[in-house]
Amino acid sequence: MPPAATEPAVPGLWSLWLLVSRRELRLAARHWDQVLQPLIFFVIVTTLFPLAISPSLDELRRVAPGVVWVAAMLASLLALESLFRPDVEDGTMEQWTLSGQPLSLMLLAKTTAHWLLAGLPMVVMAPVAGTALGMPLSVWPVLMGSLALGTACLSILGAIGAALTVGVRRGSVLLALLVLPLEMPVLIFGARTVDLAMHGESVVGPLNLLAALLLLFASLGPFAMAAAMRISVES
Amino acid sequence: MNLSDFFQMSGYAPYVWSCYGLTLVVLVGMDWTARRRLREELLRAKRRAAVGQGES
Amino acid sequence: MSSESPRSSEPRAGFEPPTGSGEARANTRWLWFFKLASPPHAYRLAGLLRPWFLWPAVALMLIAAYGGLVIAPSDYQQKDAFRIIYVHAPVASMSLMVYVVMAVAAGIGIIWRIKLAHAVAAASAPIGAWFTVLTLASGSIYGKPMWGTWWEWDPRLTSELIQLFLYLGYMALRASFDDIQRADRASALLAVVGVVNVPIVKYSVVWWNSLHQGPSISKLAAPSIDSSMLWPLLIMMLAFMLYFVAVLCNRVRSEILRRERNTSWLNESFVKS
Repeated sequence: MPPAATEPAVPGLWSLWLLVSRRELRLAARHWDQVLQPLIFFVIVTTLFPLAISPSLDELRRVAPGVVWVAAMLASLLALESLFRPDVEDGTMEQWTLSGQPLSLMLLAKTTAHWLLAGLPMVVMAPVAGTALGMPLSVWPVLMGSLALGTACLSILGAIGAALTVGVRRGSVLLALLVLPLEMPVLIFGARTVDLAMHGESVVGPLNLLAALLLLFASLGPFAMAAAMRISVES
Repeated sequence: MNLSDFFQMSGYAPYVWSCYGLTLVVLVGMDWTARRRLREELLRAKRRAAVGQGES
Repeated sequence: MSSESPRSSEPRAGFEPPTGSGEARANTRWLWFFKLASPPHAYRLAGLLRPWFLWPAVALMLIAAYGGLVIAPSDYQQKDAFRIIYVHAPVASMSLMVYVVMAVAAGIGIIWRIKLAHAVAAASAPIGAWFTVLTLASGSIYGKPMWGTWWEWDPRLTSELIQLFLYLGYMALRASFDDIQRADRASALLAVVGVVNVPIVKYSVVWWNSLHQGPSISKLAAPSIDSSMLWPLLIMMLAFMLYFVAVLCNRVRSEILRRERNTSWLNESFVKS
């Protein structure tokens, strides 16, 4: 769930958050296709694995958590293209850096809105994909919970990478190279959590770890994002 | 241990010696390329200075 | 003139170092530090220091190699194959250490805006990457006779692999910018973000691995190494650290030359020679 503003007592920050969030959602509403594309990619990638491995649900069940998670990671990478690039290209981002408002807050608001549009749909879609790969119904809550926490982490880490590479031409592969290694711990905890759940073991530990990671990234990430954005945008 | 034992490494010779050899090659290579690059940069800098001098 | 030979070359002294951005802080207590970080001084210093690191490093390497290959007794289980640990462990710790050096230098460069710090970070990256490659190679070669396969997803090898990706990402990001300043700052940010991630990666990989074989140490841990057999390991680690600095001296000098190409101190020094 989106983190609250830093200081609720100060009206300025919260209204800034709302302003940015509303803008993002309104812009996204005009380009539904851009919102849907990563989701469709997610489904297609999940479909690749049965084709590549075997139609047997028993075999697929063993790798199902990993497949869903890797597909989510790759889909979130694709979605990052639309996070900052349009604003940087039309000069909006430069205005933001010069505006005197806390850039870290604005970028966090943007990232959160982006997660609502890109990450959350995948969380909702994941049980469908998982079931198609043989996952039992009992695992759905853990699957969705871990993916919710995980995709939020991926969004933040991805946003830092996107801010760093936004000025680089054809930077999408570079973005992947930078961000995927950083995301590996999230993948480990997330996918294995679901795997543990499938074997009936306790998932409290790893889920707490995921939540802790999210807190860490959410608190430090925006500053890294803002610093990266200034480096990329300032001429 | 005698010389033969030293080279044989109780049958693990290819593993032990390839490790040590690889490490040696890479370490020496690191230093060698660093020195070569420095030489090139120096040459380039000298040429640039000479051109600058010629123009002034 | 002698400026051809890299070891003895240096820009001729006899001029005042230009005021860089660091010297703007006229706090005299720190002036010596900023003066030291000025490119001409750093260039000279690196050239003078290098032999003092290089030759002790080589000597220590020979001593450690002798200790590890000859003096140390054979292990009961692993026989002589365990001698690989005398190169594998030092390169592994170097691969991590160099990353920290890189991240700290990058952090200093971005916080205090010291160009030399950025140069040190840029110069260290390829060295660290090569140490990581050596770790993976030696780990793989060690693994073949020990557990029968060329690769295992054990904690150390896996986190070294991720470490390699972090190095490569840093170098790729640097290369993608034409403007050196922007490259410096962007890659510095990445290095700092990466270094925060390193402990997370290590912990997650150990946890991931422990799910399979219980809380066990890396398969590549030295076979309960006796303290009398430990000293070649420590000496080798020290030797590699010194060697790293020796190579770094030259790489930093190259960086300085490249970055300072249009400055007067550099051009004038060649005119004088």
